Amino acid sequence: MFTFGSLLIVALLALVFGAILGFAAIRFKVEGDPLVEQIDAILPQTQCGQCGYPGCKPYAEAIANGDDINKCPPGGEATIKELADLMGVEAKPLDAAHGVEDIKKVAFIREDECIGCTKCIQACPVDAIIGAAKQMHTIITDECTGCDLCVDPCPVDCIDMIPVEVDASHWEWNFSKVPVGDIPIKQVS
Amino acid sequence: MFADYDQIMERLSVNQLWDFPGGVHPEQKKSLSNQHNIEAMPLASAYYVPVKQHIGVHGELLVEVGDHVLKGQALTNNEQSMAVPVHAPSSGTVTNIAEHVSAHPSGIPELTVTIEPDGQDQWISLKPVPDFTKVASVDLINMICEAGISGLGGAGFPTHIKTTSVQPTEFLIINGIECEPYISSDDRLMREHAWQIRQGIDILVHILQPKQVLVAVEDNKPEALETMAIACQQKDNYQVVSVPTKYPAGGEKQLIQVLTSREVPANGLPSDVACIMYNVGTCYAIADAIVEGKPLIKRVVTITGEAVQTPKNVWARLGTPVEELLESAGYLANKQKEARVVMGGPMMGFAITSTKTPVVKITNCLLVPSDEELPHIDDERACIRCSACADACPVSLLPQQMFWYSKAKELDKAQEYHLFDCIECGACAYVCPSEIPLVHYYRQAKADIRNQQEEKAKSEKAKIRFEARKARLQREKEEREEKHRLAAEARKSSMTKDGGAAKDKIAAALARAKAKKEALAKQAVADTTTPSEKTTNETSARSTNQATVSTEQTSKQTKQDKDSDKKAKVAAAIAKAKAKKTKQAAGVVDETSAPSSKKKKNSPITKIPEDTNESEVPAAESEKAKAAELKKKRVAAALAKAKAKKAREAKAAKQKQTEAAEANNNQGEENN
Ligand code: SF4
Ligand code: SF4
Ligand code: SF4
Repeated sequence: MFTFGSLLIVALLALVFGAILGFAAIRFKVEGDPLVEQIDAILPQTQCGQCGYPGCKPYAEAIANGDDINKCPPGGEATIKELADLMGVEAKPLDAAHGVEDIKKVAFIREDECIGCTKCIQACPVDAIIGAAKQMHTIITDECTGCDLCVDPCPVDCIDMIPVEVDASHWEWNFSKVPVGDIPIKQVS
Repeated sequence: MFADYDQIMERLSVNQLWDFPGGVHPEQKKSLSNQHNIEAMPLASAYYVPVKQHIGVHGELLVEVGDHVLKGQALTNNEQSMAVPVHAPSSGTVTNIAEHVSAHPSGIPELTVTIEPDGQDQWISLKPVPDFTKVASVDLINMICEAGISGLGGAGFPTHIKTTSVQPTEFLIINGIECEPYISSDDRLMREHAWQIRQGIDILVHILQPKQVLVAVEDNKPEALETMAIACQQKDNYQVVSVPTKYPAGGEKQLIQVLTSREVPANGLPSDVACIMYNVGTCYAIADAIVEGKPLIKRVVTITGEAVQTPKNVWARLGTPVEELLESAGYLANKQKEARVVMGGPMMGFAITSTKTPVVKITNCLLVPSDEELPHIDDERACIRCSACADACPVSLLPQQMFWYSKAKELDKAQEYHLFDCIECGACAYVCPSEIPLVHYYRQAKADIRNQQEEKAKSEKAKIRFEARKARLQREKEEREEKHRLAAEARKSSMTKDGGAAKDKIAAALARAKAKKEALAKQAVADTTTPSEKTTNETSARSTNQATVSTEQTSKQTKQDKDSDKKAKVAAAIAKAKAKKTKQAAGVVDETSAPSSKKKKNSPITKIPEDTNESEVPAAESEKAKAAELKKKRVAAALAKAKAKKAREAKAAKQKQTEAAEANNNQGEENN
């Protein structure tokens, strides 16, 4: 009788606490950052599609569903490392099938050769090109992600991808990458 | 909060100051250069005036190549708020506006106006203000901006922005500390131009209305202390304070701490603790700008070091190439194995890359050390965790930790150790027994972090734009579909509404079409009888047959008639198809009319009514085809070009990469 009573009490307690916990789980539910959003925040948002998906978000979704993390050439090793940390998997080298990591570039339209066909506008994923039919087109350098997608559609091949030049305020204190003057440079302090 | 005003004043009245943590006492070496008066410089053969010499953005250019400019004429405007104009250092001709090696550690070329002086040295008409007390603050601030004044102490922050302070100021601090070894430009300026500095202070007081002015001078400059004290003695609320010599007492936050014990918060400004600070050189320039109306076109530069014959201070016009200064002081090449010129002091300066580097607003010193004086740091050794750096740091940071994480590129961790509070004073590197160039690592890490942040911001923007575009395309698609649906519905409803009439109309139209077809067919029969022999024969034979039979049975004839009708139609169709084929063939072959006509002769249809027309059509078509081919050729050429270009680029990129990798390796080896 005594054993039965204690069992009953324990069972009741379990029920009560279970109910409280269950209620708390619903009532105080923490709206966590969904995984896709977190992955998307790491991807470089170049929207180039080199990963095989139509943009960074779709690739983020694919990664969340178990796709490989090494398909993004613009992000390169740094992105892979961050993704590996987030997903708790081993970082692996960039999958060469999707391209290689390149220096940063932006598109540039040689404007006197532009025939105003608007093809590049349709290709640009971030609306970084201004122009209208039969008018000269030009690229908003600040908005261009360097995705390369506008180069192929151009029928007269007047779009170049030019490397972004570092200016003094973006220089990374790399003395081996400075223009050579007549004084060999050495750091001071 | 922080110490209140009265408390601070009490201590200052008995000349009791506070202290900042850490600090070092490097050898001063100021007597090398501070013995003689500031010298004037002869005109240079060319001046290189960078359009941006301050923190912020540069103004728009106002001159063009070939323009003649007068001394003091503005070369850029100040329309944007963070823009500070630059001025012509002498009268002459603008010979070039292009990239020129910059007065920056990287030496990366920046937009620079080159002026060749004409020797006249003729001023523009100046507009001095005889009595600034009658001028409103905003106008004075505007004049300061137009004179191109940005902090001359080192940071180069636009003075007009600093002066447009909204918070009330308790202490206006005039920084005459000049704590870095070797440099004596402010020292000489205070000794020789104390009165004009005082005028500059008066103007600032008029604008800012501070409770107290503190002129801080390090106690290793007794002459400067004395002259400043004399210049300021008539004013009750001006106090000249002698500050104990310790590096870096001249740092903005450090000096505020020494004078008031107030600590400027991280990411904060001196105005957060009711202080504001100007360099003595800036005060001099302000007085020049207001009282004389002269823009900032010159500054005092110390040329010093054991590798120059006569170390001294000169009035160098902004834009003077370094080589002219070295020449005037007598550069001794034999004291240096490798040429080395440091812009700024030995603690915070940087080696320049070219002797064409111009003097800019923040250039206070050119240090030309002999090899023994300032040894090359080539042999960085491992950190022994002695914590000497932590003891020396004036901001109480942990340099060894920041170094560790900066070197390992663990930027988050480095930031956790307050990397951005580091003022890059170099005290830690100075004391480090392992000779680690610590500041270099901090600068690299800071640049990396800044670039990453910018990248993040940019990718965030790209994401927003990408999503906006997707939404727009989706919306457009939906709108299009909606439109089509609506149109279809409208059609349907109109049909059902006046259905009878519409049906009648349709029926009528159908009937008309049928009639037309029949008429056409009949005409075709008439046409075909003449041209095609075969058909003629057949039809004639049939007609004779028919003639014989017709007498017997009229009913049969009608049937026959129908038959021949049908046959004629078929024949006409065949003829048409054949004509079309020949036409096409002619078009495709796109030769002249000869082969096409031959084909026509070969074809059973001997007579084609639109012969002339036909030969014209292929001609036109051939032209079109030619044009098409030309275009194709051009496109092909362009494609080939593009391919070649891509290949070239890829190659170049690869080469660059390998080069970069090599360079990296090299640097890594050097560092190790
Ligand atoms: S301009 Fe060209 S390279 Fe730049 S984002 Fe648009 S499509 Fe990509
Ligand atoms: S002073 Fe140099 S060796 Fe000593 S702890 Fe700092 S970094 Fe390491
Ligand atoms: S350079 Fe930075 S870490 Fe080193 S002593 Fe100065 S403030 Fe401290």
